Amino acid sequence: MKIYVPLDSAAKALGADEVAEAIRAEAGRRGLAVDIVRNGSRGMVWLEPLVEVDRGSGREAYGPVSVADVGALLDGTLPSHGTVEDIPFFARQTRLTFQRCGLVDPLDLDDYRAHGGLAGLYRAAAMTGAAIVEEVTASGLRGRGGAGFPTGIKWKTVLDAKAEQKYIVCNADEGDSGTFADRMIMEGDPFSLIEGMAIAGLGVGATKGYVYLRSEYPDAIDVMRAAVRIARREGVLGPNVAGSGRAFDMEIRVGAGAYVCGEETSLLNSLEGKRGTVRAKPPLPALEGFLGRPTVVNNVISLATVPVIFEKGAQAYADFGLGRSRGTVTLQIAGNVKRGGLFETAFGMSLGEAVEEIAGGTASGRPVKAVQVGGPLGAYMPREAFDTPLSYEDFDAKGGLIGHAGLVVFDDTTDMLKMARFAMEFCAIESCGKCTPCRIGAVRGVETIDRIARGDGAAAALLTDLCETMRDGSLCALGGFTPFPVMSALTHFPEDFTTVKEAAE
Amino acid sequence: MHNAALDPYAKPAPTVETIESIVGEYLHLEGPLLPILHALQESFGHIPEAAIPVIAQMLNIGRTEVHGVVTFYHDFREAPAGRHVIKLCQAEACQAVGAEAIGARALAKLGVDWHGTTPDGAVTVEPVYCLGLCACGPAALVDGKVVGRVDATKIDAILTEANA
Repeated sequence: MKIYVPLDSAAKALGADEVAEAIRAEAGRRGLAVDIVRNGSRGMVWLEPLVEVDRGSGREAYGPVSVADVGALLDGTLPSHGTVEDIPFFARQTRLTFQRCGLVDPLDLDDYRAHGGLAGLYRAAAMTGAAIVEEVTASGLRGRGGAGFPTGIKWKTVLDAKAEQKYIVCNADEGDSGTFADRMIMEGDPFSLIEGMAIAGLGVGATKGYVYLRSEYPDAIDVMRAAVRIARREGVLGPNVAGSGRAFDMEIRVGAGAYVCGEETSLLNSLEGKRGTVRAKPPLPALEGFLGRPTVVNNVISLATVPVIFEKGAQAYADFGLGRSRGTVTLQIAGNVKRGGLFETAFGMSLGEAVEEIAGGTASGRPVKAVQVGGPLGAYMPREAFDTPLSYEDFDAKGGLIGHAGLVVFDDTTDMLKMARFAMEFCAIESCGKCTPCRIGAVRGVETIDRIARGDGAAAALLTDLCETMRDGSLCALGGFTPFPVMSALTHFPEDFTTVKEAAE
Repeated sequence: MHNAALDPYAKPAPTVETIESIVGEYLHLEGPLLPILHALQESFGHIPEAAIPVIAQMLNIGRTEVHGVVTFYHDFREAPAGRHVIKLCQAEACQAVGAEAIGARALAKLGVDWHGTTPDGAVTVEPVYCLGLCACGPAALVDGKVVGRVDATKIDAILTEANA
């Protein structure tokens, strides 16, 4: 009997380690031969710990499983969900980037191979760099970290740059609240990221890669480090990547708790051992990146999607999506939500469908008031915007952004003035200090919102003006995008900004 | 009262030789400073002041530059933390499910403000902005261990255990 108990942080946070230990102990008492596999998460966080039992005829899913349920689980009397694929939340997905996450043992390279892994790398190993870059361009893949820049164009710039040393840097500084796709793939299918980075290396002629992984993810750090050691031992990394005759190796580097280091130029400074301040662009990191050399900087999900593009072909990937948003988006549904988790789907589903139908509304049972899309720098979308299709262009048109595709749901008890204040406060705490609109503007923003709260009716116009200055004058997205949550809160929920004075009149 | 001399958890004061040997392990890396600082903090629980000139000399950079890097990042401590470190997520997704009240409860029970350490040196409490547990908040990291759906009962249990 094979029993799968996720090692994913969310599952652990809900007791997966204790459940795994209880299964081991109880099986021992009963003299049962049980093989416990610590897999990644299938992404249905409300069902975690989601335990799967294979009694020889497929994997039966149970969850959430508590330590007290273990006896019934082994007896076969615990009610089952059927297979994971039967669960509607899962059945409605299109899993490409996450095709293996939760299915395989994250640190078993043979298991990875048996589920389509390394097929893409072997195909790429027989291609020229230019052909590899062309394949990525043809797939329509755009940066999944937030900016949505076409990955192929970025790679082409690095490919065409002449230098003795080039780098692939993976941005795994997933600091946005409401996002956890990077963490899930690193904990649940780390080889897909390694494979994606190796393909990128072969494509642009880089022999060295770094994953800049935030310190808030201790479990992901452990899994990634172990996976790199295995990949090196098995020849996936090293002097002769997948028999290509070309070299690529990588290191895991740990961040140190600075949100702004998710911005690519401050990430590069941090990786070099400097303060994580933002660099002015140009020069682009693609030309002068890590240590001043040509560098691809891509998000985890962008790089982890590369293997499936090479496995199934660029066209197969591009066949999914809407307009210029090709392929799939890995939605992360979070906050006050009944069914939260990771939902991978083709671009184009409406925001309302994701929140109301897929996620089932709020956990509190109260009406949804707002959904913050795209992290702390994303707009608060009101119910009136629920018909917006999830694509880069449609969100842009509605004054929002998809960002890293986190959806944080808030119920009607939420005070939007408080959320706007928090956005400014967070920007003030995390500002790198390099540019004035962000460093000073965020502090003034908190003060101005406090004035509104105290009943100063003139302060709202001042806040709007300040937000324009921050948006137009900041060096990076921290100061430049903080106006998104602030202004969306002010615009869509004016009743929360009604001054005390007006309310009294 | 807390007495460092009797504290079985207190780590020995670092010598220059120890610091040099730790720093030396990372000199071959490209951009070695963050790995060095992480290693020092792992060994000593903070970045000892004595390490600043040693790092500066071994990396051939200014002391001010080292100091600037140490103080830029939230993770690096200039003094040791309490024996237990409780990080409570206060970011938006956790706020949506009541993280602020959990934070306030913890601070009130411990009698400290954010980043504070209890007088007996048992607990340091810090806000953290996202642990990636956004679908099972409020989230916490207790001595490196993740905890989800933290409610009043759970935070009380965490605090009781940490104070023991």
